[in-house]
Amino acid sequence: MEEGKVVSQSVAASASAYAIIREKFGEAVSAFDANDTMPFFEVLDTSLWQEIALCMRDHAKLKFNYMACLSGVDYPAEEKLGIVCNIESLGVFNHKIAVKVKCSREGGSIPTVSCVWHTANWHEREAYDMYGMHFAGHPDLKRILCPEDWEGYPLRKDYKVQESYHGIKVPY
Amino acid sequence: MQELDIAGQGSVRVTRKSDNVVIIEKDLATEQMVLAMGPQHPSTHGVLKLECLTDGEVITEAVPYLGYLHRCFEKHCENVDYPGIVPYTDRMDYLAGMNSEMAFAIAVEKLLDVEIPRRVEFIRVIVSELNRIASHLVAIGTYGIDLGAFTPFLFCFRDREHILSLLEWASGARMLYNYIWIGGIANDVPADFNKRVMEFVHYFRPFATELFKLLTENEIFVKRTKGIGIMPADVAINYGWSGPMLRGSGVKWDLRRNDPYSIYPELDFDVPVPDGKFSDIGDCLSRHLVRALEMEESLRIIEQCIDKMPGSEGFNPRAGVPKRVRPKAGEVYGRAENPRGELGFYIQSDGKSTKPLRCKARSSCFVNLSAMKDLSKGQLIPDLVAIIGSIDIVLGEVDR
Amino acid sequence: MGNTLNAWSNALVGFNPMGLPLGLVILAAIPLVFIALYALTYGVYGERKISAFMQDRLGPMEVGKWGILQTLADILKLLQKEDIVPASADKFLFVVGPGILFVGSFLAFAVLPFSPAFIGASLNVGLFFAIGIVSIEVVGILAAGWGSNNKWSLYGAVRSVAQIVSYEIPAAIALLCGAMMAGTLDMQQINILQSGSWGFAHFFLFQSPIAWLPFLIYFIASLAEVNRAPFDIPEAESELVAGYFTEYTGMKFAVIFLAEYGSMFMVSAIISIVFLGGWNSPLPNLGAVALNDWTNGPVWGAFWIISKGFFFIFVQMWLRWTLPRLRVDQLMYLCWKVLTPFAFVSFVLTAVWEIYVP
Repeated sequence: MEEGKVVSQSVAASASAYAIIREKFGEAVSAFDANDTMPFFEVLDTSLWQEIALCMRDHAKLKFNYMACLSGVDYPAEEKLGIVCNIESLGVFNHKIAVKVKCSREGGSIPTVSCVWHTANWHEREAYDMYGMHFAGHPDLKRILCPEDWEGYPLRKDYKVQESYHGIKVPY
Repeated sequence: MQELDIAGQGSVRVTRKSDNVVIIEKDLATEQMVLAMGPQHPSTHGVLKLECLTDGEVITEAVPYLGYLHRCFEKHCENVDYPGIVPYTDRMDYLAGMNSEMAFAIAVEKLLDVEIPRRVEFIRVIVSELNRIASHLVAIGTYGIDLGAFTPFLFCFRDREHILSLLEWASGARMLYNYIWIGGIANDVPADFNKRVMEFVHYFRPFATELFKLLTENEIFVKRTKGIGIMPADVAINYGWSGPMLRGSGVKWDLRRNDPYSIYPELDFDVPVPDGKFSDIGDCLSRHLVRALEMEESLRIIEQCIDKMPGSEGFNPRAGVPKRVRPKAGEVYGRAENPRGELGFYIQSDGKSTKPLRCKARSSCFVNLSAMKDLSKGQLIPDLVAIIGSIDIVLGEVDR
Repeated sequence: MGNTLNAWSNALVGFNPMGLPLGLVILAAIPLVFIALYALTYGVYGERKISAFMQDRLGPMEVGKWGILQTLADILKLLQKEDIVPASADKFLFVVGPGILFVGSFLAFAVLPFSPAFIGASLNVGLFFAIGIVSIEVVGILAAGWGSNNKWSLYGAVRSVAQIVSYEIPAAIALLCGAMMAGTLDMQQINILQSGSWGFAHFFLFQSPIAWLPFLIYFIASLAEVNRAPFDIPEAESELVAGYFTEYTGMKFAVIFLAEYGSMFMVSAIISIVFLGGWNSPLPNLGAVALNDWTNGPVWGAFWIISKGFFFIFVQMWLRWTLPRLRVDQLMYLCWKVLTPFAFVSFVLTAVWEIYVP
């Protein structure tokens, strides 16, 4: 099937990009998960995330200049929260890769990458809004979609909606 | 002469001319004014609120506030099964429902491994390109209104009406279609659909020229948009801009070409980017121009699709639609070129449930709008309106 | 037909029972009633129909045949609306603003000659009065914008004041060219000077090769003076919501609206008086077919000036529904760097023409 070949080609491109990162940061990043749908690696040493991001953007052979998406994710089984970033080299090498960063569920913190990709600014605010993880160094970390005085973080799996909001009954 | 500063009232100059003649000159104390533009304002295109700090008519800072139309799309997704999400995607970008559905279908199908009949792909492309034209017509028309030209808006809506009728004929709805399903489409198009679409294409071509004369080449329109809100290509990429916004900055990047999906690789079409002659690259006029030129490309795509489309003999539009959509365990980021840029869905499936563990929509307007703060600095209020209009936001997609 | 109409109107002028000029009063009432009822209310209807025609729509169709009673229904609706004065508004200014606007725009009607037989006040400085009295509108706009205590209104008012005050300069200079050609500021006299058996050939526009320049300048400047597109930045809907009348409701809103249409007609009438012969018929006498003689007279005069006025109102609407809006700085650029210098040039050229060419 031709489409399958195309997909594996792009996975191979991601794998070679990963190899460069691995070489540079060693044990700070996990092994490469070369699945067909979304090849990714995980940043194990969370504190290095900003540095890795900068390297990914500026390294001559990586040039991941475009962040397509940053999604917050809840991992209740591991007691962790995390983000999944889909990053791409737009117009230069056209390879793409996904990066996962995790932090602990209560009081967890992830370094911000909004200074690396401006896209991350609002996406990190959204992840904070929905999951409540802290992005260290973010210039304007406040809620973006929910009202500022909303209680709880709606997309956490154990989220219980508040009873009333400014006297309005919430669950109906 | 002495200068005093009385309680922050600006400096006061006191000149003593003689013993009993004292001239007091006072510089007027000026302060910046906070101007809340929206959420109810004619040209924020919905319920966007911009808190502008203004010095006279010059904006020193404009901070967007979102969320007035937040309808918990992602929370809903975790509580309905996959086919049930499709109608929600319609309600995100309500001006381009077909394109949103297509992006979502593509994302889920990547995890599903289903065979899509060829005719389904053609119909999907035709309806989504029709919807792209409709969406660009709204964008161009409302941009005219933003700049004070009312008539092009009604011309655009007159022609959009034809597209909506066509889509209504195919899907039964005018804006919220639920037509492109995961693995197929809801039903085949009506018997004469192709003929009517061709009639529309022939009818619409001259209109694009008329619109050019009326709006795009209008001297005042050019004066109002040329050189306003310039976004250099590298900054645009860094901001994650996509679609006509990115192409307006001169980057030839179209997911239909650069990350091809469906049958787009088989089709012949151009990706228009401004050449810098008529407009300054990256300004509001470029973005408007890209949209205007893209409509013509969409017409070309539709014509080719209708030429190449396989017949309807033995065609079952739901042949690939699974009885229960239960994707394999894994994650996927699927995306498609929407009229406003890259619409992507990040979906996490555990392989057991018929509901996604996590479904995040990467909304193109949301990302495009995030550059507002930088773009608006030092602009006049009328230019701010021109910039917002050129971003072409749909608040349903921004707030989800 | 023209002759009978003339005879009829002449008879009416001569109708003086008990020494009172009742016939003249009736004749005078015709244009005023016409303007108050027709030009203003039906200006709105005309605008809606014309815009609909230009935009492939039907426009109002429900109230009466072709929606002809739509404006009356609108007025009825506006009369019933609650008259809201915002809590934080400056109540005095808020109430007085529309009044000043209305008065300012209608005071100029006093010196407009609607026919050879009728002029409200035949001042020998009529044109000067008309130019001057329009400026009162600025006070009304400022009062309305400031009194509303709304930031958008304030922006609209400030823009409007800057715009009207600036555009009065090229407008006045352009009109002065006309006054120079006439040698008088008396509106009625200006009209009389433009009458003659050759009809339109006697109009000032065709009397000198330079006259088209002040004519164009005044037309453009008058668009800005009455805040019409493409110079409608004081009420720029997409920027300032509705500009200085954002907070107004009900009858106060209607009054502002009427004032706007009133001044539209007023500037159209002034331009047709100064450059296009006012109440003079544009038709020439062609030998035995004395079209000019047949179509002149008090009633015909009112007909001509009103139709000329309507023509310019139509052009104003045409422009409004075709062109986008200028930006504030572009507007000022146009006034100070284009129109004003050209107005001065045409002023000098007209003077030279009047002195050296008979």
